[in-house]
Amino acid sequence: MPNLRDIRRRIKSVQSTQQITKAMKMVAAAKLRRAQEAILHARPYAAKMLEVLNSLATRVDRERHPLLAERPERTVRLVVITADRGLCGGFNTNIIRYASGVLARKERESGSLALDAVGRKGRDFFRKRRFTVDRQWVGIFHKVRYEHADEIARHLSGLYTRGEVDAVYLVYNEFKSAISQKVVLERLLPISALVFETPTVIPDYLYEPTDRELFETLLPRHVTFQVYRALLESAAAEHGARMAAMEGATKNAKEMIENLTLYANRVRQAAITKELIEVVSGAQALG
Amino acid sequence: MTFELPKKIVLSVVTPERNVVLEEVDEVLLPGSEGYLGVLPGHTPLLTSLKIGEIKYRQGERVRFLAVSWGFAEVLPNKVTLLADLAEHPEEIDVVSAREAKERAEKMLRDPEADFRAAQAALEQALVRIQVAAKAAQAPR
Repeated sequence: MPNLRDIRRRIKSVQSTQQITKAMKMVAAAKLRRAQEAILHARPYAAKMLEVLNSLATRVDRERHPLLAERPERTVRLVVITADRGLCGGFNTNIIRYASGVLARKERESGSLALDAVGRKGRDFFRKRRFTVDRQWVGIFHKVRYEHADEIARHLSGLYTRGEVDAVYLVYNEFKSAISQKVVLERLLPISALVFETPTVIPDYLYEPTDRELFETLLPRHVTFQVYRALLESAAAEHGARMAAMEGATKNAKEMIENLTLYANRVRQAAITKELIEVVSGAQALG
Repeated sequence: MTFELPKKIVLSVVTPERNVVLEEVDEVLLPGSEGYLGVLPGHTPLLTSLKIGEIKYRQGERVRFLAVSWGFAEVLPNKVTLLADLAEHPEEIDVVSAREAKERAEKMLRDPEADFRAAQAALEQALVRIQVAAKAAQAPR
C-alpha cells in the first residue's frame, strides 16, 4: 500500500511545476506579441526596399553583380537558425532533424561542407557530433537587432564573393501563427528571391551616385534584410512554440494532479476501511 | 496649364526596426552620398544613397535633427522616403555609449591590424551621434 504522505508530496511537486509552466507560458505570450510587432515594423522597410530594387533592376545589367552570380553548387554553406533555449516543444528538434537531412544529402553529393549556427541549441548539437561549425552567433535572441543580421550577412556575403562557397542556405522556423511553425530552407545567396517585376510607374529619377552604384550598394542591404527577417521569424516562432508547449505542460500537470488526488483519496479511504474492519473484527473476537 | 507645386513634403524615415518619423514638413536636409542636399516641396524625383550624417527637417519654425547611418532616400515632389540602418532622435541617443564607441574607434584607427574602413565608419558614426545629441541639449523645443 503506497504511503499517503508520499502521494501528497508528489501532488505538491507537480503543483509547483505547473506554476512554473504557467508562468513560462505567460512570459512567452508577452514575448510573442513583441516579436510579432517587430515583424510588422520591418514591413514598410522591406516593401520600400523591394520597390526601389525593382525599379533599379529594370535599369541596370543585373547579371554582373557578384552576389547574383550563379555557380554550380560544389560547396554549400548551411546556416542553421535555432533557439538559444529549450522547452519549446519540437522547435529545435525539427530544425536540427531537417538540417541533418540536408547535410547528409549534400555530403553524399559533394563532401566539402561546413555550417554556421545561430542559436545555442543548434550549435551544441552539431558541435557534439563533430560537424565543423564555422561561425556561431549565440545569445542574440534575447533581443534580435539589425546589427546582428548585418554581421551575419557580411560574413556570408564575404564567403560567397571570395568564392569559398557557391551557395548559402538558411534553415529556420517560419512563423505561421501563434501555434504553428514551419521549417523552411531558403537560398540566401546567390540572390534569387528578388521579384524582378516591372513597377507600374517608374518615376524618372535622378540618381546619386549612378543607378549602377546604387544597385550595388542596395544588394548587400537586401541580403542583410533577408537574414534579419529570418531571425525575426525564428524568434516569433520560438515564442509561439514555447507558448504552445507550456500550455500543454500546464494541462498535463492539471490532469496529473487530478489523478493523483483521486488516488490519494482512494488510499485514504482504504486505510480508514481497513482500520474499521480491524476494530470490528477485534470486537467480534472479544465478544 | 500651370503646375501647382505641393506645399508640403511628407517625410517618412524607416529603419528595419521601427518607423522613426512620419510627418508633414516644409524642408529636409539630407546627407547625400555626393554631399548634403536640401529638399523643398516640388523637388524632382531623385534616388540617392546616404552617408553617415545628420538629417535636419523643418516644420514652420520648428527644426529637428536625426542621426542616421547608411541608407538611401527616395525623393518625390511631395514625399521623401528615407531608409536607414539606424536613425535616432537627439533625445534618444546614448551619449555615453557614443563616447565609448568614439574611443574604441580611435583606438582601432591607431591599430595597423584593424580594419581601417570599418573603424573610420564607426568613428564617423560616433561623432555624428555626439553632435546630434548636443543639438537636443542646445535647443529644447
